[in-house]
Amino acid sequence: MNEVFRYLLMIVVMLFTLTTIAAWLIWLERRMLALWQDRYGPNRAGPFGLLIVAADTIKLFFKEDWIPPFAEKTIFVIAPAIVAAAVLLSFVVVPFAPGILVADLNIGLLFFLAMSSLGVYSIVLGGWASNNKYSLLGALRGASQMISYEVFMGLSLMGVVMLSGSFRLTDIVMAQKDHWFVVTQPVGFILFLIAGIAETHRLPFDIPEAESELVAGFHSEYSGMKFGMFFIGEYLGITLVSAMVVTIFFGGWLGPFLPPLVWFALKTFVFIVLFILLRASLPRPRYDQLMEYGWKIILPVALLNLLITGAFALLKG
Amino acid sequence: MFDSKDTDSSLEDELFAVFGEAAFKPQATADGVATFWVKKEHIVTLLTHLKTKIRSPFGMLYDLSAMDERNRVKVGMNGSVPPDFTVVYHLLSFGRNRFVRLKVALHGEYPSIASISSLWKNANWYEREVFDMFGIRFEGHPNLRRILMPVTWNGHPLRKEHPARATEMGPFRLWDEKQASEQEALQFNPEEWGLKRHSADADFMFLNLGPQHPGTHGVLRIILQLDGEDIVDAVPDIGFHHRGAEKMGERQSWHTYIPYTDRVDYLGGVMNNLAYLLAVEKLARIQVPARVEVIRVMLCELFRIASHLVWYGTFAQDLGQLSPVFYMFTDREKIFDIIEAICGARMHPNWFRIGGVAQDLPVGWDKLVRDFVNYFPKQLREYDQMVMRNSIFRGRTVAIGIYTLEEAIEWGVTGPGLRACGYEWDFRKKQPYSGYENFDFDIPTAQNGDCYDRAVIRVEEMRQSLRIIEQCLQNMPEGSYKSDHPLTTPPLKKNTMQDIETLITHFLNVSWGPVIPPGEAMSCIEATKGANGYYLTSDGSTSAYRVRIRTPSFPHMQMLPYISKGYTVADLLSILGSIDYVLADIDR
Repeated sequence: MNEVFRYLLMIVVMLFTLTTIAAWLIWLERRMLALWQDRYGPNRAGPFGLLIVAADTIKLFFKEDWIPPFAEKTIFVIAPAIVAAAVLLSFVVVPFAPGILVADLNIGLLFFLAMSSLGVYSIVLGGWASNNKYSLLGALRGASQMISYEVFMGLSLMGVVMLSGSFRLTDIVMAQKDHWFVVTQPVGFILFLIAGIAETHRLPFDIPEAESELVAGFHSEYSGMKFGMFFIGEYLGITLVSAMVVTIFFGGWLGPFLPPLVWFALKTFVFIVLFILLRASLPRPRYDQLMEYGWKIILPVALLNLLITGAFALLKG
Repeated sequence: MFDSKDTDSSLEDELFAVFGEAAFKPQATADGVATFWVKKEHIVTLLTHLKTKIRSPFGMLYDLSAMDERNRVKVGMNGSVPPDFTVVYHLLSFGRNRFVRLKVALHGEYPSIASISSLWKNANWYEREVFDMFGIRFEGHPNLRRILMPVTWNGHPLRKEHPARATEMGPFRLWDEKQASEQEALQFNPEEWGLKRHSADADFMFLNLGPQHPGTHGVLRIILQLDGEDIVDAVPDIGFHHRGAEKMGERQSWHTYIPYTDRVDYLGGVMNNLAYLLAVEKLARIQVPARVEVIRVMLCELFRIASHLVWYGTFAQDLGQLSPVFYMFTDREKIFDIIEAICGARMHPNWFRIGGVAQDLPVGWDKLVRDFVNYFPKQLREYDQMVMRNSIFRGRTVAIGIYTLEEAIEWGVTGPGLRACGYEWDFRKKQPYSGYENFDFDIPTAQNGDCYDRAVIRVEEMRQSLRIIEQCLQNMPEGSYKSDHPLTTPPLKKNTMQDIETLITHFLNVSWGPVIPPGEAMSCIEATKGANGYYLTSDGSTSAYRVRIRTPSFPHMQMLPYISKGYTVADLLSILGSIDYVLADIDR
């Protein structure tokens, strides 16, 4: 009984913390972008504009929740929930600190890969159900992008699995006691980061929404809290990918002096800022260029990385 | 320049030798462009001859316009019947560095003339425009439909009987039937646009890009025929920004029309004033003082940089780069600070005047300009790093939207788009106006004619403009900011106390506005987006009889289907961005 209660509490706390973080990320991103773009950003509501998050939330809740008459209603409503649910489910296996995680699955890494690939359904179904040509194009792009980048996302992590000998994320963190995997698996790290950006469809991989081409891509027809779900899903995705990078390649919670949770949070924050910086600086490649890059360059590199890691692992016995 | 003897006499001889002297009636004009009246039945053979058979041919159809002559004081050309309508062809020969103007007199209420759309690709839209505005039919035109006005419009606006103001048209009422018929007219029917719904192996998707779309930079609608994301065809639908600028010229006085010109290429600011005023000053035979010329050049070049900065930032943004536009607009603000200090306004200064400029330069202008000249090169270097050398940016622009030099000339492309094909042609150098011959600057060119090269040209042009501004700064002549000419508007006040004649002139020029002598003149300037010109006809009254605005964006947009076929939707945005058009410059 006690055990069940502990899990429930953990889940509630985590849900609350994650959604709050995602919401504040919106503020953080807008302020950071503004800083890099020589402007102010939101600075009116509350100190440093922090209350913009509250204002945004209120706005999203009170906006007319419009379902276009030409849309496929059921799917249109379900689609935005999928992305948020899939990302939140992935967090189940993320070890924030020793003891602070919901489920220490022995297939944790696989669970993460499975859940994060579910996110694409949200784009495809949302884009298709909108019955709008721009949304459809966005959905098409989203589907092909996910297919190409999903493949080497898994492959890029297999090197780490070989070295640590486990799919369990806590084991992977503990295997980094001597040195982080970014040292032994630099290629794997870079590939995973690229795939992670593609997974969250952020610039330069934002081609499913590409606002100068497709207006708002797959979520053109969404408004109110349904749009809010996509929005929150995107920021949760950033947090998730940053957290996974930290867990797998940067020693998770490991670090001297500070408490483990603080280390984890700090490392994750660095990657979140990196995501935002990327958005501020890079243009968007064309959709076929992106595919070409994925299949012709990254996939072979990922395979090669796997091969070499395997050879080393064999030699070491 | 003003001398009508300056006409291309060798051209005249060449044409007389082939067609005989009877086929032509030369006309003397204030701008010295060789002008011939041609019989309607000869025009196609003559144009074909000029384009293909002659030594250093007239390769570019620079402009095609018309005029409603019915309200004009009839002068009767050598005893002939005065025309009801005139169709005017302007051709440009790069080899000769000459324009030629051919005019065809048409008689009747709704006359017709042979189409030349098979001779020049860009004649297609020009003829549609003339049809739309005058009701003149072009026989053999493949698709003679309205182009600027809505399909449901009654009448042809540039005909003299068509009202110029809404107040002359009676109150507007939208009855149910009218609403229904307007709605009906908006229904999309691919066949009307010359588009097929299916091919042998694919059903096409039609996508309306615009008129409300973040990538079109204004109210432009492009009908895309898509196979997946590949563009099978793209049909621009223009006219949403049409404000009747040419019609307004017929009711505004010569002086009060200046602010309307500001709004044609609304990023070019005073450069539009210059194009208009050069034509007016040719008609009025005003020579402006050296100081005026240099002030005008300096402001024009500042506006060229400002316009190119808008293009630079939005082009990067079209390709998904979010930040550069903010830096570039910040720099543009610095230019606007200077413009505001000098002109008192920012985007639409309305600051040049007939025979001069509105005021003298303010005290301290040189410090503002010097600060900018010192500040800006560093920024340009940074933007090169940020945008032009970015490999994703290059991937999106290199070898996209290519056209060759021959195609560019065929379609009437001028400005950076022409220079990107490797042709060193700039009206500031080739046909200098406003004293550009006194400045030392280079014409940048590039070789491939793709989106990237068009970008390279504009970036380099900003550097060259900066050089020109620097020279203005160092060599600003002393003297008056207005010419001492009776038609200068507003006239010099100090003269009015000398004698009653000048007082009367001043009074009339200020109250009625100046009376510009009868005649016709065309200007041609290297505007921010290409060759801009005003072809003005005066019948000796206080306003123009006909104002024809030749804008660069119109032919450039017409070329869009030709250069975007086979690319993807994402590429279309690169192509649109690299054309650098302004909707008001297309629709006027």
